Amino acid sequence: MAGTSSLASAVGTALAVPFSWLARIIDVPLRAWQRLTGYNGMAVFFLAPNMLIFGIFVLFPLVINFAYSMTGGGALFLSDRTYVGAEQYQRLFDCSNYLDPRSCTEDMFWTAVRNTTIFVVLQVALMIGVALITALVLNRDLRARSFWRAVFFFPVLLSPVVVGLIWRWILQRQGLLNYMIFELGFDPVNWLVERNWAFAAAIGVSVWAHVGFYALILLAGLQAIPKDLYEAAEMDGTRPARVFWRITLPLLAPNLLVVLVLTLIRSVQIFDEVYVLTGGGPGTSTLFLTQYIYEIGFASLLRNPGLAAAASILMGTVLVVLTLLQLGLARRNETKDKR
Amino acid sequence: MKFSKGIMLALATGLMSTSALAGDVRVMWYSDGVEGEVIKDLLDRFMKDNPGINVVLDNVAYKVIQEQLPIELEAGRGPDIARVTNIKELAGHWLDLTPHLSNVDYWQENFGAHFDWMRPDGSSAIPGFMTQITLTGGFANKTLFEQAGVDMPDDKATWDDWVEAAGKVQDSQQLNAAIAIDRSGHRVSGPNISYGANYIGADRLPAPIDAGTKAFAEKLVAWTENGRMNKETWVSASGTTYRAGAEDFINAQLAYYYSGSWQVANLSTKIGDAFDWVATGSPCGTDACSGLPGGAALVAIKYTKNPEEVAKVMDYLAQEDIVREFTERTLFLPGHKGVLSKPIDFKTDDPNVKAALEAFVKAAGEVAPNASALPAWKWGTAYYGALVTRISQVMAGELKLDEAYARMDEDIKAKVAEASK
Repeated sequence: MAGTSSLASAVGTALAVPFSWLARIIDVPLRAWQRLTGYNGMAVFFLAPNMLIFGIFVLFPLVINFAYSMTGGGALFLSDRTYVGAEQYQRLFDCSNYLDPRSCTEDMFWTAVRNTTIFVVLQVALMIGVALITALVLNRDLRARSFWRAVFFFPVLLSPVVVGLIWRWILQRQGLLNYMIFELGFDPVNWLVERNWAFAAAIGVSVWAHVGFYALILLAGLQAIPKDLYEAAEMDGTRPARVFWRITLPLLAPNLLVVLVLTLIRSVQIFDEVYVLTGGGPGTSTLFLTQYIYEIGFASLLRNPGLAAAASILMGTVLVVLTLLQLGLARRNETKDKR
Repeated sequence: MKFSKGIMLALATGLMSTSALAGDVRVMWYSDGVEGEVIKDLLDRFMKDNPGINVVLDNVAYKVIQEQLPIELEAGRGPDIARVTNIKELAGHWLDLTPHLSNVDYWQENFGAHFDWMRPDGSSAIPGFMTQITLTGGFANKTLFEQAGVDMPDDKATWDDWVEAAGKVQDSQQLNAAIAIDRSGHRVSGPNISYGANYIGADRLPAPIDAGTKAFAEKLVAWTENGRMNKETWVSASGTTYRAGAEDFINAQLAYYYSGSWQVANLSTKIGDAFDWVATGSPCGTDACSGLPGGAALVAIKYTKNPEEVAKVMDYLAQEDIVREFTERTLFLPGHKGVLSKPIDFKTDDPNVKAALEAFVKAAGEVAPNASALPAWKWGTAYYGALVTRISQVMAGELKLDEAYARMDEDIKAKVAEASK
């Protein structure tokens, strides 16, 4: 034991030497910089690497993407493309009835918008419900509680492609589920070829894959609720349902809000596991916005990079609105807490 | 000072290790069957004879060739050599090997018949050569037909005859479906032409969807609705996504499968002696019994930094004895005049294979002029994309056939308009 601590101390001392040497080297230019620019200048100095990376990998592509959306033609280099103004946006919005994709010039885009909207509504509701129930169950005094928490969190660790493949093997015509159904004496169902079943599978699989993460957030919220509130309610003889509505839910509201916004943003971006699972089919019943953008931009034989860029700008706008909503609600909660 | 020098040396070493060395030739290759192993063997022998040239073989999925390579090429990057099937549309990215080849006349003589498939209209460039000539066509599970006691239709049988016979097999053997056709606009184009379709307008631009295409599209939809055609292959994906029906045929779940000659080695390898199968050529329509010719080409990419080395590799792989060996081992139909002029000894013990290849050679004589014209036509891909996207929507119950035809015309027009900007 003593040997171990002296070894650790020796390693610490050995490591401290180069660090202190490095600190002495950068101390001189840093002090010079501070004298020149003041404290704000120092902030800029320390933020610069991050801002540079953000600029190169986020801001610059965003600007380029917007420029793309104003161009046409088959070339990929921006300089080789023709400026067409808002033509790609006009094409996307050329509809006689936005609720009927078939009345739109770019019917696939509006089909994807409709599918994504329905998916977001159903998936977010289901995700929050299942995550809340999971968190409430995992918060109880269960035997092997840590094991069960790990079980529910495990799918979150899987790659979306793996998730898609696993469920495809289960749900395909000659898959595991149909084998079990057949063994029980029932007719197999073509889960991934029937429109409604495929859509339900897309929702179910995405919930299965991510519910552990959101359940964990809610579990943290549940554990932060003071126990004495529950004890007081128990002493008053309050019914469990009333305890849930009057104590648990109000105090869990901030966590629920985080889960709601994160789920919303993620469900708008749904792509990978569903793409592997259904390929957007049957027909176009599980074609979502991100897949539409990917296909029209990169994969389709009818490729159109300008149209893909315009569609991604529109989708980005929706995501920005959702993010601002999250920031606004978070700020409102902070203000409430301070009061 | 020493410290700085050390850092500089380490950085330089690191950078050198990630950059391509002069003399490196990268080949992007996909495989339908065993050709990946064969080309590796041939390239290893080339490197032994040419120690100054290091050939790196990147075996990739077909999807990478279809979806990622075009993007790389548009960005002015990519491998030095690639094996591709979308030959005409990407022709602007191929290198003209003419100034670098050791014997241009040899190339013209033996591969010249297909150069127009792989170069821009009006060009006289030599971008590469066809590694194989393919033809779309059908395969029947002979064992299933025999077990069902159903006679296989003859050479002049129509699509309806084949579906009817395969349907009897389906009912008798309790199969999930009677037939499958790969989910691909290319695959249904031979049958469309057999029913009188013509894709190429007088101005060489795409013609509107005509009665021939409509006739076969209606049949496809009807067969899907009545359970004769495997619904999963076409309906279980969206857009222009490619889906092969081979797995169901290999698993004896289909009586009849329409794909192409490139499947022969794949079927032989995976089916083995599980059941007997035969190639049938293409069933007849009202106008012809045509498949669609095509193939894969090995092309040099014009963005290469090592054109001389690339040409050396191409010259080696294009030699008659090498093409012959590649052909005999891969069980492909060659695109080399000299190899075709002599008997080919395909290296296989599978009796199904030789018969199948003979059937495809015979079917090559049945190719309709409209089908022969398609590989050298630059708008083929747009047409195929519109066909597969919209027909599968009809099969899924999202569109009526008439709506689908209108959409196909719009999709193709939009693609042409976008390309001309």
